[in-house]
Amino acid sequence: MIEFRLSPRSGVATYLQLVHQVRHAVRLGILHPGDQLPTVKEVVGSLAINPNTVLKAYRELERDGLVEGRPGVGTFVRDSVHGPPPGNHAALRRSLERWLRNAFEAGLDAEDARALFETSLQNSREEGVA
Amino acid sequence: MTSALIATGVGKRYRRLWALRDCNIDIPDGRVVALVGPNGAGKTTLLHLAAGLLSPTVGTMRVLGRTPGRDVGLLADIGFVAQDVPLYRSFSVGDMLEFGRRTNSRWDHDLASTRIERARIDLDQRVGSLSGGQRAQVGLTLALAKRPRLLLLDEPLASLDPLARREFLQSLMGEVAEGELTVVLSSHLITDLERVCDHLIVLSASRTQVAGDIDGLLASHRIVVGPRREGAEVRGVGSVVQESHTDRQSTLLVRTDGPILDPAWAEQEIGLEELVLAYLGHPDATALPQPKLATAEAEVSP
Repeated sequence: MIEFRLSPRSGVATYLQLVHQVRHAVRLGILHPGDQLPTVKEVVGSLAINPNTVLKAYRELERDGLVEGRPGVGTFVRDSVHGPPPGNHAALRRSLERWLRNAFEAGLDAEDARALFETSLQNSREEGVA
Repeated sequence: MTSALIATGVGKRYRRLWALRDCNIDIPDGRVVALVGPNGAGKTTLLHLAAGLLSPTVGTMRVLGRTPGRDVGLLADIGFVAQDVPLYRSFSVGDMLEFGRRTNSRWDHDLASTRIERARIDLDQRVGSLSGGQRAQVGLTLALAKRPRLLLLDEPLASLDPLARREFLQSLMGEVAEGELTVVLSSHLITDLERVCDHLIVLSASRTQVAGDIDGLLASHRIVVGPRREGAEVRGVGSVVQESHTDRQSTLLVRTDGPILDPAWAEQEIGLEELVLAYLGHPDATALPQPKLATAEAEVSP
């Protein structure tokens, strides 16, 4: 089970924050296939948000094929969902950390590094690499 | 979809002063409505008209398909908590619940006691000695235990500290998640209500200025920034709500049905608070649906 939290200043719509948090938890392996998401009543009881906001988030996740709603029971992470293979993940992380060390040695600060990363991400998306 | 509340050309006049006029709203079933506006804008008058405590001077109110004030049976379906939560101070909380049980034909005593217990309120405590937050919870409990279909709350958060506000909204949203309940909450602050509401009504100087589903309102409004506009129209823009200019640049808050077609203008999304403040600052601008005829028997307003 995961617990949602809302960032008041993110400017991201509330339902999207919920969507992102589920995707993130699945990607990091915090949520496994078959795990249940908090019920609508549990979410609104802790976050004090409109129930329709939660329903909208869960519908979006369902459309993505990430979760499935079982009427009268709840919403569950689908069996077919897989995170990235863990071995690969760790190797990528190590090479990113190497890159960051190089960046800091070259005199970049955290903000510069983030900006560079964002720009490269944007570029590779536009080129259809990612 | 059916409507919980339809006002058609509703106005309420006290002697020569109009407290509310030209009010056309249509609240679909199951919505949580933010009724927002400055003090004295007519929010309480509108809630009292909906509850049947007042009758309109002109126009027609229909609540759950019936006429408030005229239809006594309608009272059982409406939960109303007035501003400052009037309760009998010398009663204990338990007495208050017993009073509710005896004066309502439909009364869910289990729901009432469970809610009071969950709010950690002692049934023997005198109503007069409750904190503001506890008082609000007792008022909400009395209104909810009637199992209403429409819940009207007049400034329910005004006297609550931030923690009590949160607890109040958490428990209210829990009830909304349970089932068929339409809620109207009035407040002069939109920030309190932004996350709990999905429908917005803005009243300003006795008139309805904005009414509609919040998703739709946010989707149809944009901030656009571009080169200073010399009175020329921006292609794709329906109407301009607010504008500000420097010598080079213009920033407009616009209402639009589609994309902004002019490439010289950069678009930004708008937040709910910004939207409400822009309208309140420009009383001539409106975003309203077409008036809807309540029923065939609707009185014609002059």
